[in-house]
Amino acid sequence: MSQTIAPAAIRKSFTVRATPERAFEVFTAGLHRWWPKSHSIGDAPLKMATIEPRVGGRWYSLTEDGVEHEWGDVLAWEPPARLILAWRLNGAFTYDPDLLTEVEVCFAATGEGETRVDFEHRGLERFGAGEAVQAIRGGMDQGWGLILDAFQTVADA
Amino acid sequence: MTNALALSALADPTRREVFERLARGPLPVGELALGLPVSRPAVSQHLKILKAAGLVTDRPDGTRRVYQIDPRGLGQIRAWLDQVWDVALDAFRAEVERQAEQDQEQP
Repeated sequence: MSQTIAPAAIRKSFTVRATPERAFEVFTAGLHRWWPKSHSIGDAPLKMATIEPRVGGRWYSLTEDGVEHEWGDVLAWEPPARLILAWRLNGAFTYDPDLLTEVEVCFAATGEGETRVDFEHRGLERFGAGEAVQAIRGGMDQGWGLILDAFQTVADA
Repeated sequence: MTNALALSALADPTRREVFERLARGPLPVGELALGLPVSRPAVSQHLKILKAAGLVTDRPDGTRRVYQIDPRGLGQIRAWLDQVWDVALDAFRAEVERQAEQDQEQP
């Protein structure tokens, strides 16, 4: 019973009908054109999202109320093959400079005008502190049924 | 595996009480043991099992260890993020292919 249970990284792989160059460009410079409006950071709709094109560059967004929101920063910038971002948004979608989870995206040409995209969001065990704990504590008030349901959902997933 | 381990860890009434106390806030072992009908070593043993099940986590605080609920055991944040990325990456793929089509129309 000495094992510790950490959540598995989120992994997604898919193919797009575009070159790696185009895919990398849309993922980074075009982020605001595809990021779901339903998952904007802050109180207002997303207007612009920026990933500064260099290691150490900022990753932030601007909402229509003129407020800037930090998301994280660039850990690896290797266009068009690979990108690693530090995702520093906690479970409440709030920036936490002490939180480090990593988003890695790899783009590889698989044929004429086709690119395989391998996506990974890892380090999720680091969500286990601070405000994330507060959120869970709030959920506890709703009783054991809810929590055991959550276990079941995770186990069945 | 997580499910079975967590549920069996919570099947014991004392362990469940330990877990519920931590749900109200982080505590060191000594304070956690106060008012419980078992010895402090027994509480430590219960904490060890809860930790192995991914339900609680601990950290050093000077010479003592402070325990708190580990949201990893619930997996809620992961499930939520997984869904966020599903939606986001679908939208990303659609946008890439829309632009790639435009590239071809305007060489």
